[in-house]
Amino acid sequence: MKETILVALAAIRANALRSVLTTLGIVIGVGAVIAMVALGEGAQRRIQSQIERMGTNVLTVRPGQGFFRGVASGNRRLDEDDAYALRTELGHIYDIAPELESRLQVSYQRWNSSNSVVGTWPSYYDIYNHSMANGRWFDEGELQGRRRVAVLGANVPEDLGTPPGLLVGRTIQIRGIPFEVIGVLEEKGGAAWMQPDDQIFIPLSTAMYRVMGNRDRLRSIYVAAPSPEQLNAAWADIDRVVRRQHRLPPGEEADFSIQNSSDILQTFNESNETFTLLLAGIAGVSLLVGGIGIMNIMLVSVTERTREIGVRKALGATKTDILLQFLVEALVLCVLGGVLGVLAGVGGASLITRFASWDTVIAPQAVVIALIFSAGIGLFFGIWPARRAAILDPIDALRYE
Amino acid sequence: MEPQGVGTGNGKVVIRTQGLQKHYHLGAETVRAVQGVDLEIAAGEFVAIMGPSGSGKSTFMNLVGCLDTPTAGEYWLNGNKVSELSDDDLARVRNRDIGFVFQTFNLLPRATALHNVELPLIYAGTSARERKERATAKLVRVGLGDRMGHKPPELSGGQRQRVAIARALVNDPALLLADEPTGNLDSETSAEIMDIILELNRAGQTIVLVTHESDIARYATRQVHLKDGRVERDFLNEMVGV
Ligand SMILES: Nc1ncnc2c1ncn2[C@@H]1O[C@H](COP(=O)(O)OP(=O)(O)OP(=O)(O)O)[C@@H](O)[C@H]1O
Ligand SMILES: [Mg+2]
Repeated sequence: MKETILVALAAIRANALRSVLTTLGIVIGVGAVIAMVALGEGAQRRIQSQIERMGTNVLTVRPGQGFFRGVASGNRRLDEDDAYALRTELGHIYDIAPELESRLQVSYQRWNSSNSVVGTWPSYYDIYNHSMANGRWFDEGELQGRRRVAVLGANVPEDLGTPPGLLVGRTIQIRGIPFEVIGVLEEKGGAAWMQPDDQIFIPLSTAMYRVMGNRDRLRSIYVAAPSPEQLNAAWADIDRVVRRQHRLPPGEEADFSIQNSSDILQTFNESNETFTLLLAGIAGVSLLVGGIGIMNIMLVSVTERTREIGVRKALGATKTDILLQFLVEALVLCVLGGVLGVLAGVGGASLITRFASWDTVIAPQAVVIALIFSAGIGLFFGIWPARRAAILDPIDALRYE
Repeated sequence: MEPQGVGTGNGKVVIRTQGLQKHYHLGAETVRAVQGVDLEIAAGEFVAIMGPSGSGKSTFMNLVGCLDTPTAGEYWLNGNKVSELSDDDLARVRNRDIGFVFQTFNLLPRATALHNVELPLIYAGTSARERKERATAKLVRVGLGDRMGHKPPELSGGQRQRVAIARALVNDPALLLADEPTGNLDSETSAEIMDIILELNRAGQTIVLVTHESDIARYATRQVHLKDGRVERDFLNEMVGV
């Protein structure tokens, strides 16, 4: 067996460049899977910890029925009036914060960047457990006055090329409109598409009437109950108020949804699963292509070495000996590709973390599965060429030119 | 039909064939490459197989060397009937009992001389240490003790053929088969190679050698002439050696 592996390694080394090019398909496939799984895993952990930090006592009201489940039927939007109605009726028990979001051009002096701008109420700060690094959060007076004040996420000052301390009190342009920076938040960390550190927060009224052009379709309204035990009561209260706002008779299907943190987590997990499945598909295709490449090169290798096979058979190699020789060669090629792929994936994941500041987590299971999978590819796509070598007639093989 | 035994060896029969036939089918046509060869070769004999091109010499050698199975007839090697063995059993017989020397050397070009000679022992499952010892001994015996680390492209034709002879001997086979071993060599180198082969025979090695040169055949103790796949003449050489 040791001999067989040595022979395989020698054959691979003899055609080093060809071998490396051949394994590229496997390397890319495995690398992509490792990096993407790391990304998905990282997002999952981050979301989980964010939701845990936000507390389990927050309900999220969204327009339409379920968010990812089925087709969102309601065209009825969630607007500022809904938020005010909730605050008027329930504001003495719960913290309430609507959210309006849009990606906009932001500039400061010669610096430009494109950021997610969130219009909300002062209560958003407590619901999200934010804390200030510099300056302060905006207040109710600024909301009512539609003041042009902005609080920046932790990464935004860097986008604008200025240290956080120096930005507070300065004027930045959001979509060309001047805003005074009144504060910078502590770093929160991000995950996948949720990047609070890259966001800019402004009063909802300012966002609606000065920046986003009377757009009043809210993305969501957050309602925080004082304790998790009150969630059921809160759910019923919200349902009652929003139904009345939307003039829905009892029994009619709601055109909005109310989710608690575990619902959101589940929704996220479902979309994460879809993402993973998609990924698995892509990985499968690239590994299939990689495997076919291996099979192709093994067939070439068998043909090139027909004479060698004849010699080995004349000297006493059995079918099994020859089969093993070529199977091990294919296996070594694939496992080599798998190992390189894992390295590429780990490297890619750390680059993503470094430059996109998305969390990534390398799961050991993913590495093990990737390696086992590439070995499987080697066996599956190597067996046919190896069998062709094994059943060669020694005389024909010896005579082969 | 009684096998013809001319017998110059020590009596123990190494090869015995009875009505050995090999046919090839090329479309509708049947080529009878070997048609009914009865032959007995005893241990210690040095037999030269001769005959015109296409007379079936190589085909016969392949049958005797267990590289091929006969269409009809029987073949005993060392008293064991091998004409009906499976492919893998034949591989084991080749590994244990037969050593081949080919016209075109058939060495692995990327392996050293030593590794080439070790090859049969690898398939015999011999330990690495014993392999190295035995392969070294055979290389020294053919006069290549100082070329063991060289690869075939770095060796001359005669040296390559000596590596091939060392390889054929490394398993101490009962039978050494050589199909035109000097066919690719000049006359001087041919003589060197034949001297080595002759010396092996003098040390007791049973040898069957295919050639169409009578100069080469003269080294043998016995000549078997084939024609159209049949034995035409079978006689002892009066004068042995040069
Ligand atoms: N694989 C094959 N398929 C068909 N016919 C074959 C095959 N091998 C040999 N033959 C035929 O069998 C006959 C004997 O061939 P063989 O190679 O044994 O001759 P030979 O005596 O070794 O000739 P040479 O001296 O030229 O090497 C020839 O007519 C040849 O064409
Ligand atoms: Mg021939």
